Order: sequence, then structure tokens, then C-alpha cells
Amino acid sequence: MSGKPKRKGSFFQNNAQLLVPLIALGLLIIFNLFRDPGFFSVELATNNDGNPVLQGNLISILNGASELVILAMGMTLVTAASGGQDISVGCLAAIAGSAFVKVLKSGPEINPWLVLGGFAVCCAVAMLFGAFNGTLVSVFRIQPMIATLILFTCGRSIAYWINGGATPTVESAIIKAIGGFIPGIPVPTPILIVCLMGCFFGLVFRFTTMGLYMQTVGINQGAARLNGINAIGMKLLAFVLLGLCCAVSGVIGVSRLQLINHETLLLNVEMDAILAVAIGGNSLGGGKFKMVGSVLGAYVIQALTITLYAMKVSSTDVKAYKAVVIILLVVLGSPVVKAWFGSLKNRLAARKSASNAGKEAA
Amino acid sequence: MTKLQPVAPVKKREPITDTILLMSITIGIFLGMYVIAMLAFGGGFLKPQQVFDMLNENAFLIIISCGLTVVMIAGSIDISVGGVTALVAMVGVMILNGSLLPDPAISGGTRIFLAALAALGIGLAFGLVQGALIAYLEIQPFIITLAGMFFARGMITIISVQPQKATGSIIEALQQRLEIPWLGSPNRKGVLIPAKMEIGVIIALAVVAVIFVLLRWGKTGRGFYAVGGNRQSALMLGINVRRTRFLAHLISGVLAGIAGFVFMMHTGAGNATNATAAEMNAIASSIIGGTLLTGGVGNVIGTLFGVLTLTTIKSIVVTSGLREPWWQSITTGAMLCFFILLQSVVLSSRGKKLSLPAWLLGASGRKAPEKL
Repeated sequence: MSGKPKRKGSFFQNNAQLLVPLIALGLLIIFNLFRDPGFFSVELATNNDGNPVLQGNLISILNGASELVILAMGMTLVTAASGGQDISVGCLAAIAGSAFVKVLKSGPEINPWLVLGGFAVCCAVAMLFGAFNGTLVSVFRIQPMIATLILFTCGRSIAYWINGGATPTVESAIIKAIGGFIPGIPVPTPILIVCLMGCFFGLVFRFTTMGLYMQTVGINQGAARLNGINAIGMKLLAFVLLGLCCAVSGVIGVSRLQLINHETLLLNVEMDAILAVAIGGNSLGGGKFKMVGSVLGAYVIQALTITLYAMKVSSTDVKAYKAVVIILLVVLGSPVVKAWFGSLKNRLAARKSASNAGKEAA
Repeated sequence: MTKLQPVAPVKKREPITDTILLMSITIGIFLGMYVIAMLAFGGGFLKPQQVFDMLNENAFLIIISCGLTVVMIAGSIDISVGGVTALVAMVGVMILNGSLLPDPAISGGTRIFLAALAALGIGLAFGLVQGALIAYLEIQPFIITLAGMFFARGMITIISVQPQKATGSIIEALQQRLEIPWLGSPNRKGVLIPAKMEIGVIIALAVVAVIFVLLRWGKTGRGFYAVGGNRQSALMLGINVRRTRFLAHLISGVLAGIAGFVFMMHTGAGNATNATAAEMNAIASSIIGGTLLTGGVGNVIGTLFGVLTLTTIKSIVVTSGLREPWWQSITTGAMLCFFILLQSVVLSSRGKKLSLPAWLLGASGRKAPEKL
């Protein structure tokens, strides 16, 4: 992911926006350690197939957040470049998952080549739909939320239609390995896929100007265009990359359950993905961004959910508690509160120096 | 501040504003669509009852769409409305059937009054908190109202995991339908069956009227347009931008509360999955009705027709025999796409002073009229 500065002193200055998600993660960890000291213990167990697997709350947080993290990465780019959010990511993942299953079902048996072909097809489909969204946003200058409202309305129905109104299952060792564990590797595969995607974006940011250009387009499209940046192309690219992210997370989601359910696959994930971007300290109005922040934000959301589950909160009630925590987080991170804290700090410093001066005078 | 348009010394025709243009396109398309449906399918579409069924079914949607229109005109967004509607419906039903306040001494009429009070209270509370956080703490409205939606949806199951239902005379009194004697269609024997309308529809239409008046002539209403159009200019004009945004969210919250009560009157049931995706339908209706998410442009009359257009599309799909479950939302999506593209093309061609027929540009000629 984005390169960390080498000098320690400048880390907090460069990454001030990461403070909120880091503090939130820290608070969650401390809270959980107080509640249950063994909450984060990770143990090596063997699963039913006799393969070594890692187990524990930490692993389930990292594993469960995989789809969200990948979507948050793509959402960060779209937010940065277009200044709006894509609310169709869940539906797009469902479409991609349906296409994946459709290809898998087309062959007599599931072999690695078919899985690879299915992945290629579903990436192509998702990127095509991403390009559709991107065209509406960049060429027709429609607000991203409205443009993606179209797919949000009909995306899951398209997924339904692809598989002809059925919810087929795909049972195969390969699919099981993608959604669970590769034999011999104790780390869940989705975590590895997240690392791969992270490396991919990290390399892209390191060796190309894409990230910088997207920021520029998001800050001022006109100025970017005058500087020779293809603003329309950049926005389009952001949406296509988000489509790729949707395809990957759709494949993970399908592989986890080994079936495609167009109604429930990654339901409401779009809201969480946008939330992850916001918790990560990125402006939802576009411009400067830090993908690391969004990734941390996604893990904060998942850690919060797992913590609530561990506290025996039922899955339907989780939303209410989550909402309270989110509001507290964004209130802490709001510009007004930040300014208030800043002025408080100044006043304290002023009082301290005044008292010091008083002492010296005495 | 009652009028933003410059008053010309010589009286001439007002230029057609973006708001009016987009609204008239919507109304035109709705009427055209309905007439085509009448000619093609006849039957149900010919009866006035069809229109009233659409209104009965969507009274709550009309109300929350009005709230969203106000918020969107002010350049903000509120996606908590569906959750608030469902929460209010749940609480209202539980008050009516006695799960809350199980005191048998409370009469039916009092229960209805209490349910209405609870509806307004919950809506007001959501509006107050969200509005204050958004306007005075300057937090992104999407996030706050998203949290509001989560909170409302979560509260529903915390209050009651089981679906609740109100039965008996109380809910029958609320669900009674008013007959319109002079409007209806004859049945086979030639007896006129009057069209029936629920009380909720009257509430919804009253809300539309009130919001229309507020937006058209109210000082606050004009402020919404100004703030949504350009916050900086509004500030320089001396408009209290924070209070205006706060009021927009307050109105949206209260309207969501009223919508919840109307929803409860229509269904008589409280359920965690009530009014799912209502916020997105409301946003879609407002957009189809000509409200721009960027703010500053919009009209509740258009929104009313936006809701009707969405419903008409759905009933046309059902009537035309596309019975597979996916066609309804795919056509809705395609229609939405059409409207959004149309708006984009119309607005950008007006902005660029490109070649549009003169009648579309109105008396203003090639001069680009200012946004309303």
C-alpha cells in the first residue's frame, strides 16, 4: 500500500488522517482485552480435511473483512477521482458472482482452467458494468450516486436473470480452497487475496502516476484537464478498477458459501464500504486519499461487528450499536470538534506558559 | 428574500427555469406513458381506481420523497428515512395492539393519538439529531444518515424481534377508505362503483401542498434553493446556512415520522423488513421528478409525479405479461437510466447554449437562465 515515510517524526504529520481509525482500532482492542483477555489468542488447529488452519477471533476479523477491504480499496479510488460514491458495489459483486457460477456450471466438471476462465469472464463482466457507471459519471457528468443508483435498482435482478432464477451450488475442492484454506497453508485464502490486491495497488501507486492523477482530477477537474490529464479517462479507470474489486470480492463471497444467492451475497456492503472510506479519514468529496486509511476503516468495521457478536448481540441488533459507535467516531473526526480540540490545546499551552512565566517572575 | 429572481421593470415572460423544465418533462412522460398504457392494455388502466390504488399503495413513499426533495434541494442527502418509517410503523403498531403501554384503561382513540404523537416524536428526534450533527458539526450527511438508518433498523429488532400486527376496530378505523361519489367506473351491471381513497393519501397530498407552498413562497424554502445552489453565495446573501441545512433535515425527519404513521395505517403491521430500500425509491422518485442531487433545483410536484411514474412502470411491466420476477426492477433501472441521461443532456445543452428548439428555451431565447 502507500509508502510509509522513513523518518519517524513525520509519520503523524503525514498520516494525521489515520489517527481516527487507528485510535478506534486501539480502543476496540483494549476494550476486548479487558472484556476477555483471550480474545485475540490465535491457535493452530486442524480442520476436517486434516490440514493445519489458524483459528481465533483475530483471524475471523481479518478473514471476514476480506470482501469489504477489497471493495473499500476500489471505493477509495472512485471517491477520490469522482467526488462521489458507487452504491452499486454489492449488486455488481452479485452480478460478477453469478457470471462466475454460470461459467463454472457450463463445463462437465470444475477444473482449474474452468475456474480461471470463470474468473476472467466475471472480471470482464464486472469491469464492463464498471465502465457503464464510469461513462455515466465521466462523459455525461452525472453524480456518481445517481448514476450507480441505476445498477443498485436492477443489479441483483440482472444477477438473478443470469442464472435463470436459480441459486445453483458449486461444490468443488478448488472453490472450497478459494473460500477457505489451501491445503498446507494455515492462513485463510481470502486474507492472501487481500494481500495480493494490496500489493497490486501498492505497485500501481509506486510505479505509475495513477494515484496522483486521480487526486488531481478529484480536487479540480478543470485544472487537471488544463495540465494535460485525461480527466474523463481517470474517472473511467477508477470505476473499472472498482469493477475489478467487485469481481474479486464476488468470487470470494461465492467461494465461501459455494453457492450464489443473488439476494444475500454481500448485502448492504456498499454502505459499509463507503463507511470504511469515511472512517479512514478520506473526504467523501474527493481529492486527496489514503488507501491505507480505508483498509483500516474496513477492519475497524469488521472488528466492531465481531466484538458485538462476541458480546452476544444478535445479528439484527448489531446495526443499532454499530450506528452509535460510527456516530461517535465521525463526531470525533468532524472538523468542528477537531478545531475545538485544537483551540483547547492552544489555550492549555498558553495557560501553562503563563503559569511558567508567573513562576519565573516569582 | 421572498423572490430570488430579479424583477424586471418591463413585465415580460419569466424564463423557464431548470426546475420547471425538468418537472414538465416528467409530467409529460408520465402522462404519455399512462395514455399508452390505457390504449395498449385498457382494462385496469381505464378505471380511476387504478390511480387511487397507486396513491394508496405509495402514500408513505410520496411523503418521504417530499422530505428527500427538500433535503436534496438544500444540497444534502438523507438515507435514514426508510429506517425511520419502519421504526415508526413498528412502534405505532405496538402502541395500537397494546404491546407497548399494556394498560387496558387506555381507549382506542387515545392509542391512535399516542401512536401519532410517537410517530412525530421519533421523526422529530431523528431530524433534530441528524440535522444538528450535519449542520453544526459539519459532518458528511451521507455518513450521519447512514448511521441513522442503521440505528433505526437495529432499534426495530431490539424493540421486537417478532413481527407485530394490529387487529380489531382501531386499525379498521384507520384503514377505512373514503369514497369519492362522483368518480368511479361502472361495473358489469352498470352501477357506478366509486373510487376509494385511504386517509393516508389525503395526508400525503396535504404534505405535498404544504411543502410546495413552503418551497415556492416561504422564506425558508427559498433559502433551501439558495443554500443548495451555492452555499458560499447564500452565506454572502445573509442566509443562515447552518440553520437552513438544519431545518431541511428537521423537515425530512418529521416527514419520515408522518410517513411511518401512514405506512402503519396502510399495512397495520410492524416488521423489520418494512419499507426496505424505501430511501432509494424516494431518491429515485425525486430524481425522476427533476430534483438534482447537486442541490438548488427541484420541485415537490415533480416528485409526486416521480412516484407515480415509478409505480406506473411497475404496473405496466406486470400487466404486459413479463411475469419473471426480475423484469420489474430491470425495467425500472432502464427507465431510471433514461431519465437520468435525459436530464443530463437537457441541462448540459441548456448550459452550453446549444441548439435546442426555441420552445424548449422559452422566452429567454439563447440566454442561459439562472438556476432556481
